[in-house]
Amino acid sequence: MSTIQGNLPEPTLNDDASDGQADTKKGQSQGRIILRRFLRSKVAVAALIIYLLILVFSISAIGIGPIHGWWHYTYKELNPQVNQGAPTLSLWPFSLGEHPFGQDRIGKDYFALTMRGIQNSVLVMVVLGVFATVVGVVVGAIAGYFRGWVDAVLMRITDIFIVIPALVVGAIVGRTAGGLGAFGLAILLGLVSWMVIARLVRAEFLALREREFVEAARVAGASDARIIFRHILPNAVGVIIVASTLLIASAILLETAISYLGFGIKPPDSSLGLLISQNQSAFTTRPWLFWWPALFIVLLALCVNFVGDGLREAFDPRQQRFSLRRTKETEPTEDEAAAQVNAANAANVAGTTIDDGPSRAGVPDGPASDDSAGGDSAGKPDGGGSSGSDKDQS
Amino acid sequence: MVSYIARRIGVSVLILIAASFIMYVLAAHSGDPLQDLEGSSSPNKQALIQARVQSQHLDLPSPVRWLLWLGGVARCIVPIGGGCDLGTTFQNQQVTQLLPEATAATLQLVTVAFVLAVILGVALGMITALRAYSGFDYSITLVSFFLFSLPSFLIAVLLKSFIALGYNNFLADPTLSPLALAVWGVVVGLIVQLIVGGTFRKRALTFVIAGVVTAAILWYMSITKWFTQPSLGPVVVIVFCAAIGFAFVALLAGVHNRKAWLTAGINVAIAIVCYFALQGLLNVSSIGTLIILAIASVVVGLVVGFFVGGYDRGLMMRIGAFTAFFTSGVIVLDRFMRSWPAYMDITNDRPLATVGGATPGLNGDVWITGLDTFTHFLLPTISLLAISFASYTRYSRSGMLEVLGQDYVRTARAKGLPERTVIVRHAFRNMLIPITTLVATDVGALLGGAVITETVFGISGMGRMFVAGLYSTDVNPIMGYFLVVAITAIAFNFLADLTYSALDPRVRVR
Repeated sequence: MSTIQGNLPEPTLNDDASDGQADTKKGQSQGRIILRRFLRSKVAVAALIIYLLILVFSISAIGIGPIHGWWHYTYKELNPQVNQGAPTLSLWPFSLGEHPFGQDRIGKDYFALTMRGIQNSVLVMVVLGVFATVVGVVVGAIAGYFRGWVDAVLMRITDIFIVIPALVVGAIVGRTAGGLGAFGLAILLGLVSWMVIARLVRAEFLALREREFVEAARVAGASDARIIFRHILPNAVGVIIVASTLLIASAILLETAISYLGFGIKPPDSSLGLLISQNQSAFTTRPWLFWWPALFIVLLALCVNFVGDGLREAFDPRQQRFSLRRTKETEPTEDEAAAQVNAANAANVAGTTIDDGPSRAGVPDGPASDDSAGGDSAGKPDGGGSSGSDKDQS
Repeated sequence: MVSYIARRIGVSVLILIAASFIMYVLAAHSGDPLQDLEGSSSPNKQALIQARVQSQHLDLPSPVRWLLWLGGVARCIVPIGGGCDLGTTFQNQQVTQLLPEATAATLQLVTVAFVLAVILGVALGMITALRAYSGFDYSITLVSFFLFSLPSFLIAVLLKSFIALGYNNFLADPTLSPLALAVWGVVVGLIVQLIVGGTFRKRALTFVIAGVVTAAILWYMSITKWFTQPSLGPVVVIVFCAAIGFAFVALLAGVHNRKAWLTAGINVAIAIVCYFALQGLLNVSSIGTLIILAIASVVVGLVVGFFVGGYDRGLMMRIGAFTAFFTSGVIVLDRFMRSWPAYMDITNDRPLATVGGATPGLNGDVWITGLDTFTHFLLPTISLLAISFASYTRYSRSGMLEVLGQDYVRTARAKGLPERTVIVRHAFRNMLIPITTLVATDVGALLGGAVITETVFGISGMGRMFVAGLYSTDVNPIMGYFLVVAITAIAFNFLADLTYSALDPRVRVR
């Protein structure tokens, strides 16, 4: 980025100018400033709330583990068919009825099944996200901090994992470990999805380790581990959080896709992708068997994507609102001009920098990585990270 | 540069070998390869198991089998004895034989979707960037977020259940009710006014005009039974050709450029003459002649542009080529449409297919088989398109916004260039640099990306081959799939880095 940006003035906040100044005057911590920026994005906050509500609802409904929820059926028991399994939910007057989401073909309560599916899918999302982030951060941090042969070896290992499409390994691993359930599946899928984060973190570390504060810490006698975790890592946290949110968004699509292919979570346990794949043939006769899981997949993925977008904007002050009309119609003041130059900066377009590899260039704009988009295109090597790092290597 | 390329290739080969080892071992241990035979009740069960163990070397440990497999792969590159050998499937088919067919089917599916996704995505992204933070921008952002969040199998199943069935049912009685006309009018009107933008008055006017025109056209199509007997007819062909000429002139050269008008005008005239003159030839055409005609049209366009010339000969040639190519596209489209009733007869009036890549046992001229491919690949293409085009919209939107804020764009505006020139010549070209690399990287992932779409639509491409291999723990087809996907991924990643440094002089590979 610095090739393009180096000679530009410091980012000046445009729309948020007043807020930004207020932030600095009060001397708030970086975290608080980012939190405030995030809270200002109403869509992201709403998405976060909806996401949590869905999670709490599903846990409270059928309980978790041995604890029973408020719903009187479980996702395992078979019940007599009521009204050929049609949903009994009515919104006006509101009543849940016997089986609000209906029943599947063998009489299981579909509400309980869907709630269980939500739990499993969220579990996979979170576990996969956390696990892959931890692995990615450790690998990226070590590679970027120590450079040299450590870096070369770790990055070649990353390359090997990138070449293997995530969907493929997910399917193979899921088939081998189908009996492990959601948690095991999530860990194993996490093992093949940490590469993007590793590359981003490495790029970030390569840039940060040259900064004065790291030099100061080293002179003061701090150990390598202390420099990595106490000094550099907090400065790289923005990139990490944004990338892992996007990873989580792609995780639900990956999980549903693998379950759809029949390699993921196996019945009698339930997952949203599995429910759809089991019931797609009944689409014309019992459409609700399709619609409920579909609705929740889309809702969950959409929420995570919006939260990720909000986080990205909160962490990246260069991403300003930019309006063509305003540029054309008003004579920009000096401050505004600077802001426009920095406006909407390319943290988003992958692969913007090659020359000086370390950059946050790889963080996609929105949930734009194709893996997240489809769960279909498997394990696309991340453009930004890859081009940056490889050049830097050589 | 040469040493850089050599080093990259060397490293890539090593990575490929290591990755193939991991894949092979994982795949070999993902299940029991003898499961289907052990469960069978056939009398010669033991012999079958013996045969499979023999042919797949199942008695050897998987790393040794990987070495054997690798030896076969190595013979593809170095021709020593036996030639290429990627092993056999459980059905004793050579993977080297299956792979080209499967790759061809996947390519057929993926190419069109990919090209359309890039074009549509970049175009929409540009428009949203130019109308940033408007109603249109927000709606497109919402739609693209929604598309990101849709699993691909969901889109595929929905398309199958609604579009395919709905359209086929609609064709049984192809008339639109007044209500349907009104709904379509309102929807199209709303979309168009969002794109056009401007003051409330302008938008209201746009909405009314677009809505009424849409409803009127649909009504006319409905009463003339256009949906079952579609055709363009000479008048519409002429109008379309003229519109194409106008669009390219307005987009590439601006409406004040007389030479551009002349180029486009000559090409449109040639196209219209050809429309009447070439019908006989088109009737007896094959794919070969169609390709020759397409190339010929581009050449004619280039030649016309060259002779019109002017101060910007390259631009004229571009306009000529684009106009000629797309006007001949209109002519071909018209010819395809006139084969539609015949095709409807063949498919018992249910033309849109939901499964497979072609109607079995179909034989007809190039137009019928062309339509058959179209109806089979339409829905899978849409489902692939919907997903990938959303991400291109986001990327090109943010890329365009970034470029529009750059100094050179302000300079271009300041020296008084028309807005069209600023956008098309200065902003658009620079925006394309990062998009190009993105596209190049995506191509690699794309081949492997259609697994689910192929599964849902029953297209026997590589994804199907992989999934089938996985179900029966048949390692060789899995590895064949992996080989193709991994090689394209690595090659295009490499290409992406090279294009980037070629396009952007600030970036250099070392």
